[in-house]
Amino acid sequence: MTEANQPPGQAVLAMQGISKRFDAVQALSLVDLNLRAGEILALVGENGAGKSTLLKIMGGDQAPDAGRILLDGRKVAFASPAGARRQGIRLVGQEPEIMANLSVAENVYVGALPRRGGRFFDRRRLVASVGADIKRVGLAGALDPRQLGRTLSPAQRQIVEILRALCGAPRVVAFDEPTSSLSDRETEALFRLIRRLAVEGMGVIYVSHRLREIFAIAQRILVLRDGRVIGERTTQETNEAELVRMMVGRDLSALFHHSKRAPGATVLSLRGVTTADVEDVTLDVRSGEVVALAGLVGAGRTELARAIIGDTPIVAGEIRVDGTPIVLRSPADAIRAGLCLAPEERKTQALLMKRSVRDNISLAVIGLISRLHVIRRAEERRIAAKFARDLNIRAYSLDQEVSKLSGGNQQKVVLARWLARRSKVLILDEPTRGVDVGAKADIYAIIDRLAAEGAAILVISSELPEVLGVADRIVVMQRGRVAGELTKEEASEERILRLAILEAAAA
Amino acid sequence: MTTKGSKRIARTLRTPAALRRVLDAVGVQNVSLLIALALLIAFIGAQNSNFFYASNIATIGTTVAIVGILAVVQTVAMLLGGLDISVGSQAGLTSVVSAMVFTATGSAAAGILSAFALGLAAGFANGAVIVFGRVNAVIATLATFAAYRGLANVISNGRAQGYTGIDPTFGFFARGHIAGVPALIWILAAVALAVQLMLHYTDVGRNIYAVGGNAVAARLAGIPLNRYVIGVYILVGAVAALAGVLLTARTGSGQPTSGSQGLELQSITAAALGGCSLQGGKGTIVGTLLAVILLGVLENGLIILNVNSFYQDIAQGALLVVAVVIQQRRSGARGVGLPT
Repeated sequence: MTEANQPPGQAVLAMQGISKRFDAVQALSLVDLNLRAGEILALVGENGAGKSTLLKIMGGDQAPDAGRILLDGRKVAFASPAGARRQGIRLVGQEPEIMANLSVAENVYVGALPRRGGRFFDRRRLVASVGADIKRVGLAGALDPRQLGRTLSPAQRQIVEILRALCGAPRVVAFDEPTSSLSDRETEALFRLIRRLAVEGMGVIYVSHRLREIFAIAQRILVLRDGRVIGERTTQETNEAELVRMMVGRDLSALFHHSKRAPGATVLSLRGVTTADVEDVTLDVRSGEVVALAGLVGAGRTELARAIIGDTPIVAGEIRVDGTPIVLRSPADAIRAGLCLAPEERKTQALLMKRSVRDNISLAVIGLISRLHVIRRAEERRIAAKFARDLNIRAYSLDQEVSKLSGGNQQKVVLARWLARRSKVLILDEPTRGVDVGAKADIYAIIDRLAAEGAAILVISSELPEVLGVADRIVVMQRGRVAGELTKEEASEERILRLAILEAAAA
Repeated sequence: MTTKGSKRIARTLRTPAALRRVLDAVGVQNVSLLIALALLIAFIGAQNSNFFYASNIATIGTTVAIVGILAVVQTVAMLLGGLDISVGSQAGLTSVVSAMVFTATGSAAAGILSAFALGLAAGFANGAVIVFGRVNAVIATLATFAAYRGLANVISNGRAQGYTGIDPTFGFFARGHIAGVPALIWILAAVALAVQLMLHYTDVGRNIYAVGGNAVAARLAGIPLNRYVIGVYILVGAVAALAGVLLTARTGSGQPTSGSQGLELQSITAAALGGCSLQGGKGTIVGTLLAVILLGVLENGLIILNVNSFYQDIAQGALLVVAVVIQQRRSGARGVGLPT
């Protein structure tokens, strides 16, 4: 932390003594942040540590209660996100807003379309210029400037958001969990781009839960906890274990549980399952076993999960539960057969955000705990309390609105719903996405315990350490097909990646 | 002495918490409705004390009964994330049919039953267009709003049908009393209570809130969305038929248009004023009933104060806008993008 360790370059952004309070919560207190030109600074901390609030203040979305912001040594105050943009501060958000019926090019330049002769905009020039931008950031071929917004994959949407941020001449670009929807290969491309931005003299702020990425990209790491700066390290002088300790005071090795499991009979088996997005998928999940579905984003894993749960039709092939073929006309059929899905997008696909923890947990069993359609409230409360306790859901009460919980606790509520339903097969799509380190460990422990108790679990994950840490067996998908299968013993990050990517090049 | 003093302090400190609990139980939205109602009553009563006559109170009750039961089921449709613009037309259609069947057969039961059968069919048609045609609820019921009204005019030739005034059953609906309270008010209370019990104590009610709150999550939790949508529109149809029968009873004849026109606007206004979110998943029967009473008092007050009846439409339209604006503010809808 001595000055000698600091990378060279002028200070481009300085935030000094920033404090912000929301009602009873002191979100930030006296936070100092210094960013030099050409530097990549990582910001880490558990959810609720204050990272997002700091970014919002930086981006002009919120005003600090105290403290000041210096940009290139000048004191600035932003009245709005547009103001911050004009001054050269750009945020790349986690969930980009994309206009479904506009092209990629129009989405990138929205609000600043190049014109020709008055009000007519010059489509050809626009497309060419965005095409050049895509090439410049090293993602040639990743998306077509003429493609419509609604056809974009999450990764492509992220790219559009990045292109938007790079319009004009930004001084500071802040990335908020930019890789949560990207595959490893896309992440590499993004990193090359970020390094290039730094070389060009911009200051880069990088926020992520993925510590490995931070070590790959950042030079300096600022750790926040409970709205305060806990410490600052250069990447060379620290390691993942120390960072995790600084964030939560917990050791990294405690993150994964893998108790002795004794897989039993096959519960879920797919035979040649084919849908609009996946082809000829055959796989088995046994009772007491965790199978991970690995692969690049867009490999068809989520689509497969949707088909298994009866949400999209199966064109060919068969799904068997306990050896019996089942017909799936809707998710209700799948749930009756003992299957369930905790989808990738908790907020939009799983939770009733405005309803209580109790209502959310009892959602799938409400009919079962009713007599002549009258809900047995005591029974409902007992079930909700039991699973909230079992899964260590941190809420003030069972009546608390789910939207007020942290991401990790929201995910536990979704799990509690399916445990209450006594589902035999749990399909968990990115179960720890956007979840802080502490809650991640909790969720891994829950998965481990459920497997030990005999559940058949299929985990879809794009984080390789998670795949390796949690699974007994790993099925790798590529372009809608199963590319290979590895046991826990044979698996390594490299082998998984090879299955996920390499054969594609050969094909 | 000190303990006594500190206890008293503790008690005074606890009062806001108790008040807060009361507010939570009633609901903030409903408290503002109650305040608005109190102010309105005070204002009208100060201008003309006839307002407080028991007969006038009963008049308000019977006038709001029909729109009240429609507002109650409109609330259910809105909770599900839908809307039914055709309620007034359904009431007009069933009103005509109940009177015509009664005239043809001489049986009140046959008239009422045929109205209900038609109401169920009309509601099912709404639900089916929405579910199987994948048509937005507003558009679907806007279409049937026109179609059902047209149908009512075709079969009645655009004129009032039959005369039910002398029939004891219809007569009881219109003028009967139970325990000194008009039958119409009892019917409103019964419908409201039944729907309230359904919403709060049954799995069906819970699932309606779930579908309106997050349809994707509801489907992935195994709730059959299509069945719920169709079921709710059938319920609306059945209650619209009840409204049609009551309309026939009150006017003494089947009315294709007069009396039922505007019921859709009034029921939607009441539900929105009562706290129903147009996005679904939020709203209460208590709120809707308070709003129905507020609208009834307003209408009655304007009559008592001899205000031109055309102003009532303006007042109602203004109230709908105000209600939705307040709701959007409260739900934190920001001034960015188009409203949803």
